[in-house]
Amino acid sequence: MSSRPAIVFEDVKKSYIVSDARLQGFKDIVINFPRYLKSLRARGEYEALKGVSFKVEKGECFGIIGRNGSGKSTILGLIAGVLKAGGGRVEVAHRVSPLLELGAGFHPQLTGADNVILNGVLLGMTRKQVEEKYDDIVEFAELGDFIDRPLLTYSSGMVARLGFSVVVHLEPRILLIDETLSVGDERFQKKCIRKMEEFRDRGITMVFVSHDLEAVRRICDRVALLEKGVIQAEGEPAGVVAEYLKTLQINGDG
Amino acid sequence: MDANRIIYLRDLIAVLTAKEFKLRYKSTVLGYAWSVLHPLAFSMVYFLLFKIVMRVKMDNYALFLITGLFPWQWFSNSISVATMCFLENRTLIKKVKFPRNFLVLSGVVNDMVHFIATIPVIVLFMLIYGKHPSMSWLYQIPILVAMQFGFTYGLALTLATWNLFFRDIERLTNIITMMWFFLTPILFNIEMVPARYRWIEYFNPMASIIMCWRSLFLEGTIPLGFLAAGVVYAAAAVIMGGYVYEKMEWRFAEIV
Repeated sequence: MSSRPAIVFEDVKKSYIVSDARLQGFKDIVINFPRYLKSLRARGEYEALKGVSFKVEKGECFGIIGRNGSGKSTILGLIAGVLKAGGGRVEVAHRVSPLLELGAGFHPQLTGADNVILNGVLLGMTRKQVEEKYDDIVEFAELGDFIDRPLLTYSSGMVARLGFSVVVHLEPRILLIDETLSVGDERFQKKCIRKMEEFRDRGITMVFVSHDLEAVRRICDRVALLEKGVIQAEGEPAGVVAEYLKTLQINGDG
Repeated sequence: MDANRIIYLRDLIAVLTAKEFKLRYKSTVLGYAWSVLHPLAFSMVYFLLFKIVMRVKMDNYALFLITGLFPWQWFSNSISVATMCFLENRTLIKKVKFPRNFLVLSGVVNDMVHFIATIPVIVLFMLIYGKHPSMSWLYQIPILVAMQFGFTYGLALTLATWNLFFRDIERLTNIITMMWFFLTPILFNIEMVPARYRWIEYFNPMASIIMCWRSLFLEGTIPLGFLAAGVVYAAAAVIMGGYVYEKMEWRFAEIV
């Protein structure tokens, strides 16, 4: 049982329907009705993932790097269960805690305290479980008195700190981290990285998507390089990061 | 469904409703009073218009108006909030897996609570017009609340889902709700409708629901015909909402 991998992707494909963006709204449709009908029939498909396979073992920290539009976020969406694969097999052993970028799901008019409870429950905890962790969450976020003020009074760094703090204190079994560390000051970024290292040491499975190659190299056990919906390279971090840097130089438009 | 899941879903609806509740009258001085003042202001305008200016021959017209307007307010608020509710929570829908229909559910619960909180105002008007609440309200009101809740939630969930695919739904809903308001016996009595058109009201779910409320407050009874029709419409709406949502839900994160 415990030897089963935490996440399995087997030849996973995912396409999005691309509708004709030129025609939107009733007026356009009426005026260009023949063209509208044609666009309905000829809906294009955009292949975000073209058969991706990988495994993440329990307790492993798996990094995914690649350029914008390479399919990284699609993979995270599939792991989180908000997207459905178009083909292949996705298996996830535990409930997943996605780390929301900049505290998405927070409401600006509610206080930090209210948002902690709201976000914790949305992420799958019962109210009691969140309340038990409440003091730790507030302390880690270093917000002081601001915790009782509405979120709209926070700086973006403070929001990110609170968001990070909620997720890491909810004892996730699988943690998805999508480009969150770029906000907040350097000291807090270091604190987050320490927290992630602590998680890795405690055997929590992590999937880390980032453009911060230094952090990827430092935290991840294994890294996959994604390019146009295909895994180009997979292996130990230093090598894959180096290869990524090379492709960036060749194409010159990273 | 195991016990933990039930506790979790209970917490989810409680937290989401609390959020709606806190946000509704945030930074307003009068707070909850607005959920009474709003329909009351409309009642006053309609009273002036129909009773004083156009001299409709009807007793207790003020009471007659609010017994229709207050439940309608719950329905129309819920519907108009619901159509945008998935779009407004797009960041959440894109990232987190949770039962998204709870976003709609919590909105309808919030409006329901506000409606129930306005019942004392209706009672006040009843007392002014020499009518009294009765003990049988204890089971009659829950029945009618459940019926209107079912119909409102089912329709709200349908519209919220469709609005993700056709953004026109929001505009369309506003217009249709407005027309629906004037075609439902709120400002007028169903008996005023010419006999040969009256059957049409049976095809208007809100007519049945409003007739039940009004009859409860004015006569202390629920007409069985309208009750049966209302229950059927409520059940149909819940089934339709559930079906549309279940069918489309997997695509939500792609299209918001």
